[in-house]
Amino acid sequence: MYDFAYHKPTSIADAVKILAADPDAKPVSGGHTLLPALKHRLNQPSALVDLSGIAELRGIKREGDTIIIGAMTRHGEVATSDIIKSAIPALAHMASTIGDTQVRNRGTMGGSLANNDPAADYPAAAMALGAKFQTDRRTLAAEDFFQGMFTTALEPDELLIAIHFPVPKKAGYAKLKNPASRYSMCGVFVADGAAGIRVAVNGAGPGVFRQEAAEAALSANWSPEAVAGVKQDPDGLNSDIHGSAEYRAHLVTVMTKRAVLDAG
Amino acid sequence: MPQVTLTVNGTTHTAEVEGRTLLVELLRETLRLTGTHVGCDTSQCGACVVHIDGESVKSCTTLALQANGASVTTIEGLASADGKLHPMQEAFREYHALQCGFCTPGMVMSAIDLVQKNPQGLSEHEIREGLEGNICRCTGYHNIVKAIAAAADVMHGKRAEIAPAMA
Ligand SMILES: Cc1cc2nc3c(=O)[nH]c(=O)nc-3n(C[C@H](O)[C@H](O)[C@H](O)COP(=O)(O)OP(=O)(O)OC[C@H]3O[C@@H](n4cnc5c(N)ncnc54)[C@H](O)[C@@H]3O)c2cc1C
Ligand code: FES
Ligand code: FES
Repeated sequence: MYDFAYHKPTSIADAVKILAADPDAKPVSGGHTLLPALKHRLNQPSALVDLSGIAELRGIKREGDTIIIGAMTRHGEVATSDIIKSAIPALAHMASTIGDTQVRNRGTMGGSLANNDPAADYPAAAMALGAKFQTDRRTLAAEDFFQGMFTTALEPDELLIAIHFPVPKKAGYAKLKNPASRYSMCGVFVADGAAGIRVAVNGAGPGVFRQEAAEAALSANWSPEAVAGVKQDPDGLNSDIHGSAEYRAHLVTVMTKRAVLDAG
Repeated sequence: MPQVTLTVNGTTHTAEVEGRTLLVELLRETLRLTGTHVGCDTSQCGACVVHIDGESVKSCTTLALQANGASVTTIEGLASADGKLHPMQEAFREYHALQCGFCTPGMVMSAIDLVQKNPQGLSEHEIREGLEGNICRCTGYHNIVKAIAAAADVMHGKRAEIAPAMA
Protein backbone atom coordinates (compact mmCIF):
# COMPACT_ATOMS: atom_id res chain seq x y z
CA MET A 1 0.00 0.00 0.00
CA TYR A 2 1.24 3.50 -0.75
CA ASP A 3 1.06 5.81 2.23
CA PHE A 4 -1.64 8.45 2.58
CA ALA A 5 -2.76 11.13 5.01
CA TYR A 6 -5.62 10.20 7.32
CA HIS A 7 -8.48 12.45 8.39
CA LYS A 8 -11.36 11.68 10.71
CA PRO A 9 -13.87 14.52 10.52
CA THR A 10 -16.92 14.57 12.79
CA SER A 11 -19.35 16.33 10.47
CA ILE A 12 -20.54 15.81 6.90
CA ALA A 13 -19.63 19.41 6.04
CA ASP A 14 -16.03 18.93 7.20
CA ALA A 15 -15.69 15.66 5.29
CA VAL A 16 -16.95 17.25 2.07
CA LYS A 17 -14.63 20.22 2.59
CA ILE A 18 -11.56 17.96 2.79
CA LEU A 19 -12.67 15.98 -0.28
CA ALA A 20 -13.40 19.13 -2.28
CA ALA A 21 -10.00 20.65 -1.44
CA ASP A 22 -8.06 17.55 -2.50
CA PRO A 23 -9.22 15.73 -5.65
CA ASP A 24 -7.01 12.74 -4.78
CA ALA A 25 -8.57 12.19 -1.34
CA LYS A 26 -11.13 9.40 -0.93
CA PRO A 27 -13.72 8.53 1.70
CA VAL A 28 -13.38 5.26 3.61
CA SER A 29 -16.23 3.70 5.55
CA GLY A 30 -15.77 -0.01 6.33
CA GLY A 31 -12.62 -0.27 4.21
CA HIS A 32 -13.45 -3.83 3.19
CA THR A 33 -13.32 -3.01 -0.49
CA LEU A 34 -11.03 -0.01 -0.46
CA LEU A 35 -8.19 -1.40 1.70
CA PRO A 36 -7.81 -4.61 -0.37
CA ALA A 37 -7.78 -2.41 -3.50
CA LEU A 38 -5.08 -0.18 -2.00
CA LYS A 39 -2.98 -3.23 -1.10
CA HIS A 40 -3.06 -4.13 -4.79
CA ARG A 41 -2.04 -0.56 -5.58
CA LEU A 42 -5.10 -0.28 -7.81
CA ASN A 43 -5.60 3.14 -6.35
CA GLN A 44 -3.31 5.79 -4.90
CA PRO A 45 -5.29 8.31 -2.84
CA SER A 46 -3.39 11.17 -1.24
CA ALA A 47 -5.63 11.00 1.81
CA LEU A 48 -8.38 8.87 3.29
CA VAL A 49 -11.33 10.56 4.96
CA ASP A 50 -12.65 8.14 7.59
CA LEU A 51 -16.43 8.55 7.86
CA SER A 52 -16.81 6.52 11.05
CA GLY A 53 -16.59 9.59 13.29
CA ILE A 54 -19.71 11.19 11.78
CA ALA A 55 -22.62 10.24 14.03
CA GLU A 56 -25.26 11.45 11.53
CA LEU A 57 -24.22 8.72 9.08
CA ARG A 58 -25.16 5.91 11.46
CA GLY A 59 -28.48 4.37 12.30
CA ILE A 60 -31.73 2.90 11.08
CA LYS A 61 -35.12 4.54 11.51
CA ARG A 62 -38.66 4.29 10.21
CA GLU A 63 -40.52 7.42 9.08
CA GLY A 64 -44.05 6.55 7.96
CA ASP A 65 -43.72 4.01 5.16
CA THR A 66 -40.01 4.59 4.62
CA ILE A 67 -36.99 2.94 6.22
CA ILE A 68 -33.99 5.28 6.35
CA ILE A 69 -30.57 3.68 6.71
CA GLY A 70 -27.46 5.80 7.30
CA ALA A 71 -24.60 5.20 4.87
CA MET A 72 -22.18 4.12 7.67
CA THR A 73 -24.59 1.43 8.93
CA ARG A 74 -22.75 -1.89 8.99
CA HIS A 75 -24.08 -5.01 7.25
CA GLY A 76 -24.35 -6.79 10.61
CA GLU A 77 -26.59 -4.02 11.95
CA VAL A 78 -28.85 -4.28 8.87
CA ALA A 79 -29.06 -8.07 9.28
CA THR A 80 -30.09 -7.89 12.93
CA SER A 81 -32.18 -4.69 13.04
CA ASP A 82 -35.69 -5.27 14.42
CA ILE A 83 -36.98 -2.33 12.36
CA ILE A 84 -35.71 -3.85 9.10
CA LYS A 85 -36.63 -7.42 10.05
CA SER A 86 -40.25 -6.42 10.57
CA ALA A 87 -40.59 -3.93 7.65
CA ILE A 88 -38.37 -5.47 4.92
CA PRO A 89 -37.26 -8.93 6.10
CA ALA A 90 -35.79 -9.69 2.66
CA LEU A 91 -33.31 -6.82 3.12
CA ALA A 92 -32.19 -8.10 6.53
CA HIS A 93 -31.86 -11.58 5.05
CA MET A 94 -29.79 -10.18 2.17
CA ALA A 95 -27.43 -8.44 4.58
CA SER A 96 -26.95 -11.70 6.50
CA THR A 97 -25.63 -13.36 3.31
CA ILE A 98 -22.86 -10.81 2.68
CA GLY A 99 -19.37 -12.25 3.09
CA ASP A 100 -18.80 -13.50 6.63
CA THR A 101 -19.34 -12.21 10.17
CA GLN A 102 -16.11 -10.21 10.20
CA VAL A 103 -16.91 -8.57 6.84
CA ARG A 104 -20.41 -7.77 8.16
CA ASN A 105 -18.91 -6.26 11.33
CA ARG A 106 -17.01 -3.69 9.23
CA GLY A 107 -18.58 -3.30 5.77
CA THR A 108 -21.27 -0.65 5.36
CA MET A 109 -24.31 -0.17 3.19
CA GLY A 110 -23.06 3.17 1.88
CA GLY A 111 -19.65 1.76 0.99
CA SER A 112 -21.19 -1.14 -0.87
CA LEU A 113 -23.62 1.04 -2.85
CA ALA A 114 -20.99 3.71 -3.62
CA ASN A 115 -18.69 0.96 -4.88
CA ASN A 116 -21.40 -0.65 -7.09
CA ASP A 117 -19.58 -3.93 -7.59
CA PRO A 118 -21.59 -5.95 -10.14
CA ALA A 119 -21.46 -8.94 -7.74
CA ALA A 120 -22.51 -6.95 -4.65
CA ASP A 121 -25.85 -7.69 -3.02
CA TYR A 122 -27.44 -4.36 -2.04
CA PRO A 123 -27.79 -2.76 -5.50
CA ALA A 124 -30.52 -5.30 -6.40
CA ALA A 125 -32.53 -4.45 -3.27
CA ALA A 126 -32.18 -0.71 -3.89
CA MET A 127 -33.27 -1.08 -7.52
CA ALA A 128 -36.22 -3.41 -6.86
CA LEU A 129 -37.54 -1.44 -3.90
CA GLY A 130 -37.18 1.91 -5.68
CA ALA A 131 -34.80 3.30 -3.04
CA LYS A 132 -33.80 6.97 -2.98
CA PHE A 133 -30.16 7.95 -2.46
CA GLN A 134 -29.65 11.00 -0.25
CA THR A 135 -26.26 12.67 -0.73
CA ASP A 136 -24.83 15.82 0.83
CA ARG A 137 -26.28 17.85 -2.06
CA ARG A 138 -29.18 16.01 -3.74
CA THR A 139 -31.47 12.98 -3.82
CA LEU A 140 -31.17 10.42 -6.61
CA ALA A 141 -33.43 7.58 -7.75
CA ALA A 142 -31.81 4.14 -7.92
CA GLU A 143 -32.03 4.15 -11.75
CA ASP A 144 -30.00 7.36 -11.87
CA PHE A 145 -27.55 6.41 -9.10
CA PHE A 146 -26.23 3.17 -10.63
CA GLN A 147 -24.27 3.79 -13.84
CA GLY A 148 -22.80 0.39 -14.65
CA MET A 149 -19.79 -1.55 -13.44
CA PHE A 150 -18.16 0.13 -10.39
CA THR A 151 -19.70 3.46 -11.45
CA THR A 152 -22.30 5.67 -9.78
CA ALA A 153 -23.60 9.22 -10.24
CA LEU A 154 -21.60 10.37 -7.16
CA GLU A 155 -19.11 13.19 -7.78
CA PRO A 156 -15.61 12.55 -6.36
CA ASP A 157 -16.29 14.90 -3.44
CA GLU A 158 -19.93 13.85 -2.94
CA LEU A 159 -20.93 11.73 0.05
CA LEU A 160 -23.75 9.26 0.25
CA ILE A 161 -25.59 10.12 3.46
CA ALA A 162 -28.55 7.75 3.69
CA ILE A 163 -30.67 5.38 1.66
CA HIS A 164 -34.46 5.63 1.83
CA PHE A 165 -36.33 2.36 1.23
CA PRO A 166 -40.11 2.48 0.76
CA VAL A 167 -41.64 -0.39 2.74
CA PRO A 168 -42.99 -2.91 0.19
CA LYS A 169 -46.11 -5.10 0.44
CA LYS A 170 -43.79 -8.03 -0.01
CA ALA A 171 -40.25 -8.73 -1.15
CA GLY A 172 -37.91 -11.70 -1.48
CA TYR A 173 -34.27 -12.42 -2.28
CA ALA A 174 -32.37 -15.44 -3.54
CA LYS A 175 -28.75 -15.69 -4.63
CA LEU A 176 -26.34 -18.33 -5.72
CA LYS A 177 -23.22 -17.54 -3.72
CA ASN A 178 -19.73 -17.97 -5.02
CA PRO A 179 -18.75 -20.72 -2.56
CA ALA A 180 -15.41 -19.06 -1.73
CA SER A 181 -16.18 -15.35 -1.44
CA ARG A 182 -19.99 -15.47 -0.99
CA TYR A 183 -20.31 -12.70 -3.58
CA SER A 184 -23.28 -13.16 -5.88
CA MET A 185 -22.92 -15.36 -8.98
CA CYS A 186 -26.49 -14.34 -9.64
CA GLY A 187 -28.95 -12.87 -7.17
CA VAL A 188 -32.52 -11.73 -7.72
CA PHE A 189 -34.55 -9.37 -5.54
CA VAL A 190 -38.30 -9.24 -6.21
CA ALA A 191 -40.60 -6.63 -4.71
CA ASP A 192 -44.21 -5.58 -4.84
CA GLY A 193 -44.02 -2.06 -3.54
CA ALA A 194 -44.22 1.67 -4.10
CA ALA A 195 -42.40 1.40 -7.43
CA GLY A 196 -44.73 -1.38 -8.63
CA ILE A 197 -43.64 -4.96 -9.19
CA ARG A 198 -39.92 -5.04 -9.76
CA VAL A 199 -37.32 -7.73 -10.36
CA ALA A 200 -33.65 -6.69 -10.06
CA VAL A 201 -30.66 -8.89 -10.82
CA ASN A 202 -27.10 -8.68 -9.42
CA GLY A 203 -24.02 -10.80 -10.14
CA ALA A 204 -25.09 -11.86 -13.63
CA GLY A 205 -24.37 -8.72 -15.64
CA PRO A 206 -21.85 -5.85 -15.65
CA GLY A 207 -24.15 -4.02 -13.23
CA VAL A 208 -27.52 -4.39 -11.54
CA PHE A 209 -30.41 -4.56 -14.03
CA ARG A 210 -34.19 -5.01 -14.06
CA GLN A 211 -35.66 -8.15 -15.62
CA GLU A 212 -38.71 -6.69 -17.35
CA ALA A 213 -40.16 -9.94 -18.70
CA ALA A 214 -40.25 -11.33 -15.16
CA GLU A 215 -41.83 -8.09 -13.89
CA ALA A 216 -44.60 -8.42 -16.51
CA ALA A 217 -45.15 -12.10 -15.64
CA LEU A 218 -45.39 -11.35 -11.91
CA SER A 219 -47.72 -8.39 -12.50
CA ALA A 220 -50.13 -10.77 -14.24
CA ASN A 221 -49.71 -13.57 -11.70
CA TRP A 222 -47.50 -13.40 -8.57
CA SER A 223 -46.26 -16.99 -8.37
CA PRO A 224 -43.06 -18.98 -8.95
CA GLU A 225 -44.75 -20.76 -11.88
CA ALA A 226 -45.42 -17.45 -13.61
CA VAL A 227 -41.69 -16.75 -13.97
CA ALA A 228 -40.60 -20.33 -14.74
CA GLY A 229 -40.80 -19.66 -18.48
CA VAL A 230 -38.91 -16.34 -18.43
CA LYS A 231 -35.82 -16.57 -20.62
CA GLN A 232 -32.91 -14.22 -19.92
CA ASP A 233 -30.80 -13.36 -23.00
CA PRO A 234 -27.17 -14.33 -22.17
CA ASP A 235 -25.83 -11.64 -24.50
CA GLY A 236 -23.82 -9.13 -22.43
CA LEU A 237 -23.85 -11.19 -19.21
CA ASN A 238 -20.64 -11.99 -17.32
CA SER A 239 -18.57 -14.97 -18.42
CA ASP A 240 -15.64 -15.94 -16.20
CA ILE A 241 -14.01 -18.88 -14.44
CA HIS A 242 -16.99 -19.08 -12.08
CA GLY A 243 -19.63 -19.49 -14.79
CA SER A 244 -20.51 -18.79 -18.42
CA ALA A 245 -23.01 -16.18 -19.58
CA GLU A 246 -25.41 -18.99 -20.56
CA TYR A 247 -25.18 -20.49 -17.06
CA ARG A 248 -25.84 -17.12 -15.46
CA ALA A 249 -28.82 -16.51 -17.82
CA HIS A 250 -30.26 -19.83 -16.62
CA LEU A 251 -29.65 -18.80 -13.00
CA VAL A 252 -31.69 -15.61 -13.50
CA THR A 253 -34.84 -17.70 -14.01
CA VAL A 254 -34.04 -20.10 -11.16
CA MET A 255 -33.20 -17.32 -8.69
CA THR A 256 -36.31 -15.33 -9.68
CA LYS A 257 -38.49 -18.36 -8.87
CA ARG A 258 -36.74 -18.81 -5.53
CA ALA A 259 -37.02 -15.10 -4.71
CA VAL A 260 -40.78 -15.21 -5.31
CA LEU A 261 -41.01 -18.25 -3.04
CA ASP A 262 -38.97 -16.37 -0.42
CA ALA A 263 -41.37 -13.39 -0.65
CA GLY A 264 -44.40 -15.67 -0.16
CA MET B 1 3.65 10.94 11.88
CA PRO B 2 0.13 10.37 13.13
CA GLN B 3 -0.32 8.95 16.62
CA VAL B 4 -2.67 6.22 17.66
CA THR B 5 -3.80 5.52 21.22
CA LEU B 6 -5.66 2.33 21.95
CA THR B 7 -6.18 -0.19 24.70
CA VAL B 8 -4.89 -3.67 23.93
CA ASN B 9 -5.77 -6.47 26.35
CA GLY B 10 -6.43 -3.88 29.04
CA THR B 11 -3.21 -1.87 28.63
CA THR B 12 -3.22 1.55 26.96
CA HIS B 13 -0.60 2.11 24.27
CA THR B 14 0.33 5.14 22.21
CA ALA B 15 2.37 4.65 19.05
CA GLU B 16 3.44 6.56 15.97
CA VAL B 17 2.12 4.98 12.80
CA GLU B 18 1.78 5.75 9.12
CA GLY B 19 -1.63 6.30 7.57
CA ARG B 20 -1.29 2.94 5.86
CA THR B 21 -0.16 0.95 8.93
CA LEU B 22 -2.53 -1.97 9.42
CA LEU B 23 -3.85 -2.86 12.84
CA VAL B 24 -2.20 -6.28 12.54
CA GLU B 25 1.17 -4.61 11.83
CA LEU B 26 0.83 -2.44 14.91
CA LEU B 27 -0.06 -5.49 17.03
CA ARG B 28 2.66 -7.79 15.73
CA GLU B 29 5.54 -5.46 14.88
CA THR B 30 5.21 -2.58 17.32
CA LEU B 31 3.53 -4.25 20.31
CA ARG B 32 5.16 -7.65 19.59
CA LEU B 33 1.88 -9.48 20.10
CA THR B 34 2.61 -12.16 17.53
CA GLY B 35 -0.26 -14.45 18.46
CA THR B 36 -2.37 -12.70 15.82
CA HIS B 37 -1.35 -14.22 12.48
CA VAL B 38 -1.40 -13.09 8.87
CA GLY B 39 -2.42 -15.90 6.55
CA CYS B 40 -3.68 -14.34 3.35
CA ASP B 41 -3.44 -10.57 3.85
CA THR B 42 -6.49 -10.37 1.52
CA SER B 43 -9.33 -10.52 4.09
CA GLN B 44 -10.25 -14.13 3.29
CA CYS B 45 -8.69 -16.48 5.86
CA GLY B 46 -9.44 -15.04 9.30
CA ALA B 47 -6.03 -15.84 10.86
CA CYS B 48 -5.80 -12.16 11.84
CA VAL B 49 -9.15 -11.87 13.66
CA VAL B 50 -9.12 -9.78 16.84
CA HIS B 51 -11.92 -8.04 18.74
CA ILE B 52 -12.45 -4.30 18.48
CA ASP B 53 -14.86 -3.15 21.18
CA GLY B 54 -16.09 -6.73 21.49
CA GLU B 55 -16.68 -7.41 17.79
CA SER B 56 -14.58 -9.78 15.69
CA VAL B 57 -12.78 -8.06 12.80
CA LYS B 58 -10.01 -8.89 10.37
CA SER B 59 -7.04 -6.85 11.56
CA CYS B 60 -5.33 -7.17 8.16
CA THR B 61 -8.16 -5.09 6.70
CA THR B 62 -8.34 -2.44 9.41
CA LEU B 63 -6.02 0.54 9.65
CA ALA B 64 -4.30 1.07 12.98
CA LEU B 65 -5.73 4.60 12.94
CA GLN B 66 -9.25 3.21 12.53
CA ALA B 67 -8.79 1.59 15.96
CA ASN B 68 -7.80 4.87 17.62
CA GLY B 69 -9.57 5.11 20.98
CA ALA B 70 -10.85 1.54 20.76
CA SER B 71 -10.43 -1.42 23.04
CA VAL B 72 -8.74 -4.32 21.25
CA THR B 73 -8.54 -7.90 22.50
CA THR B 74 -6.11 -10.39 20.98
CA ILE B 75 -5.53 -14.07 21.69
CA GLU B 76 -2.92 -13.05 24.30
CA GLY B 77 -5.62 -11.26 26.29
CA LEU B 78 -7.96 -14.20 26.81
CA ALA B 79 -6.37 -16.23 29.60
CA SER B 80 -6.67 -14.82 33.11
CA ALA B 81 -3.63 -13.42 34.94
CA ASP B 82 -3.08 -16.71 36.81
CA GLY B 83 -2.78 -18.52 33.46
CA LYS B 84 -6.24 -20.12 33.50
CA LEU B 85 -7.31 -20.51 29.88
CA HIS B 86 -10.49 -18.98 28.49
CA PRO B 87 -13.16 -21.73 28.07
CA MET B 88 -12.78 -21.49 24.28
CA GLN B 89 -9.01 -22.08 24.54
CA GLU B 90 -9.58 -24.91 27.00
CA ALA B 91 -12.13 -26.50 24.64
CA PHE B 92 -9.77 -26.24 21.64
CA ARG B 93 -7.17 -28.08 23.72
CA GLU B 94 -9.58 -30.71 25.06
CA TYR B 95 -11.08 -31.46 21.61
CA HIS B 96 -7.77 -31.31 19.74
CA ALA B 97 -9.23 -28.60 17.51
CA LEU B 98 -5.91 -27.78 15.88
CA GLN B 99 -3.02 -29.37 14.06
CA CYS B 100 -0.45 -26.81 12.90
CA GLY B 101 -2.19 -24.08 14.93
CA PHE B 102 -1.79 -21.33 12.37
CA CYS B 103 -5.51 -20.62 12.09
CA THR B 104 -6.17 -21.15 15.79
CA PRO B 105 -5.90 -17.61 17.22
CA GLY B 106 -8.33 -16.28 14.61
CA MET B 107 -10.63 -19.28 15.03
CA VAL B 108 -10.78 -18.76 18.78
CA MET B 109 -11.47 -15.02 18.47
CA SER B 110 -14.22 -15.56 15.86
CA ALA B 111 -15.72 -18.41 17.89
CA ILE B 112 -15.96 -16.27 21.04
CA ASP B 113 -17.82 -13.53 19.12
CA LEU B 114 -20.13 -16.17 17.62
CA VAL B 115 -20.98 -17.71 20.99
CA GLN B 116 -21.44 -14.32 22.68
CA LYS B 117 -23.86 -13.16 19.97
CA ASN B 118 -25.98 -16.32 20.26
CA PRO B 119 -27.01 -16.67 23.91
CA GLN B 120 -29.92 -18.90 22.81
CA GLY B 121 -27.36 -21.58 21.79
CA LEU B 122 -26.02 -22.77 18.44
CA SER B 123 -26.69 -25.80 16.26
CA GLU B 124 -23.80 -27.59 14.58
CA HIS B 125 -24.94 -26.04 11.29
CA GLU B 126 -24.94 -22.54 12.78
CA ILE B 127 -21.43 -23.04 14.13
CA ARG B 128 -20.21 -24.12 10.68
CA GLU B 129 -21.91 -21.12 9.04
CA GLY B 130 -20.46 -18.83 11.71
CA LEU B 131 -16.94 -19.94 10.77
CA GLU B 132 -17.37 -18.80 7.15
CA GLY B 133 -14.65 -16.18 7.59
CA ASN B 134 -12.02 -18.56 9.00
CA ILE B 135 -10.10 -21.06 6.92
CA CYS B 136 -8.26 -24.06 8.36
CA ARG B 137 -5.99 -26.04 6.06
CA CYS B 138 -5.42 -28.91 8.49
CA THR B 139 -8.23 -30.14 10.66
CA GLY B 140 -11.24 -30.52 8.40
CA TYR B 141 -13.12 -28.41 10.99
CA HIS B 142 -14.81 -31.34 12.79
CA ASN B 143 -13.03 -30.93 16.09
CA ILE B 144 -13.21 -27.15 15.88
CA VAL B 145 -17.00 -27.37 15.67
CA LYS B 146 -17.11 -29.78 18.63
CA ALA B 147 -14.84 -27.53 20.68
CA ILE B 148 -17.01 -24.47 20.05
CA ALA B 149 -20.16 -26.36 21.07
CA ALA B 150 -18.45 -27.48 24.29
CA ALA B 151 -17.16 -23.97 25.04
CA ALA B 152 -20.63 -22.49 24.39
CA ASP B 153 -22.08 -24.68 27.15
CA VAL B 154 -19.57 -23.24 29.64
CA MET B 155 -19.79 -19.65 28.36
CA HIS B 156 -23.60 -19.80 28.62
CA GLY B 157 -23.43 -21.24 32.12
CA LYS B 158 -24.91 -24.65 31.24
CA ARG B 159 -21.85 -26.47 32.52
CA ALA B 160 -19.11 -25.51 34.96
CA GLU B 161 -16.29 -27.25 33.06
CA ILE B 162 -15.60 -28.19 29.44
CA ALA B 163 -17.21 -31.58 28.76
CA PRO B 164 -14.48 -34.22 28.31
CA ALA B 165 -13.85 -35.17 24.68
CA MET B 166 -13.88 -38.91 25.47
CA ALA B 167 -16.74 -39.47 27.86
C1 LIG C 1 -14.01 -11.53 2.09
C2 LIG C 1 -15.05 -10.54 1.60
C3 LIG C 1 -16.28 -11.03 1.16
C4 LIG C 1 -17.25 -10.15 0.70
N1 LIG C 1 -18.45 -10.65 0.27
C5 LIG C 1 -19.42 -9.82 -0.17
C6 LIG C 1 -20.70 -10.30 -0.58
O1 LIG C 1 -21.00 -11.50 -0.52
N2 LIG C 1 -21.61 -9.40 -1.02
C7 LIG C 1 -21.35 -8.06 -1.08
O2 LIG C 1 -22.23 -7.30 -1.49
N3 LIG C 1 -20.16 -7.56 -0.68
C8 LIG C 1 -19.19 -8.41 -0.24
N4 LIG C 1 -17.98 -7.89 0.18
C9 LIG C 1 -17.76 -6.43 0.11
C10 LIG C 1 -18.16 -5.78 1.42
O3 LIG C 1 -19.57 -5.82 1.54
C11 LIG C 1 -17.66 -4.34 1.49
O4 LIG C 1 -17.69 -4.00 2.82
C12 LIG C 1 -18.48 -3.34 0.72
O5 LIG C 1 -18.57 -3.64 -0.64
C13 LIG C 1 -17.85 -1.96 0.80
O6 LIG C 1 -18.26 -1.35 1.96
P1 LIG C 1 -17.21 -0.63 2.91
O7 LIG C 1 -18.00 0.06 3.92
O8 LIG C 1 -16.22 -1.63 3.35
O9 LIG C 1 -16.60 0.44 1.89
P2 LIG C 1 -15.12 1.00 1.69
O10 LIG C 1 -14.21 -0.09 1.30
O11 LIG C 1 -14.75 1.85 2.84
O12 LIG C 1 -15.40 1.95 0.44
C14 LIG C 1 -15.77 1.44 -0.84
C15 LIG C 1 -15.82 2.59 -1.85
O13 LIG C 1 -16.92 3.45 -1.59
C16 LIG C 1 -16.49 4.78 -1.30
N5 LIG C 1 -17.35 5.24 -0.20
C17 LIG C 1 -17.50 4.63 1.01
N6 LIG C 1 -18.45 5.25 1.73
C18 LIG C 1 -18.92 6.26 0.97
C19 LIG C 1 -19.93 7.28 1.16
N7 LIG C 1 -20.67 7.34 2.28
N8 LIG C 1 -20.13 8.18 0.16
C20 LIG C 1 -19.41 8.12 -0.97
N9 LIG C 1 -18.46 7.19 -1.22
C21 LIG C 1 -18.21 6.27 -0.26
C22 LIG C 1 -15.02 4.65 -0.96
O14 LIG C 1 -14.31 5.83 -1.28
C23 LIG C 1 -14.59 3.48 -1.82
O15 LIG C 1 -14.33 3.91 -3.12
C24 LIG C 1 -16.99 -8.76 0.65
C25 LIG C 1 -15.76 -8.25 1.10
C26 LIG C 1 -14.79 -9.14 1.57
C27 LIG C 1 -13.51 -8.58 2.04
S1 FES D 1 -4.73 -12.44 7.14
FE1 FES D 1 -6.50 -11.26 7.50
S2 FES D 1 -8.04 -12.46 6.66
FE2 FES D 1 -6.26 -13.59 6.12
S1 FES E 1 -4.70 -26.10 12.33
FE1 FES E 1 -3.44 -25.75 10.62
S2 FES E 1 -4.57 -24.24 9.55
FE2 FES E 1 -5.93 -24.83 11.08
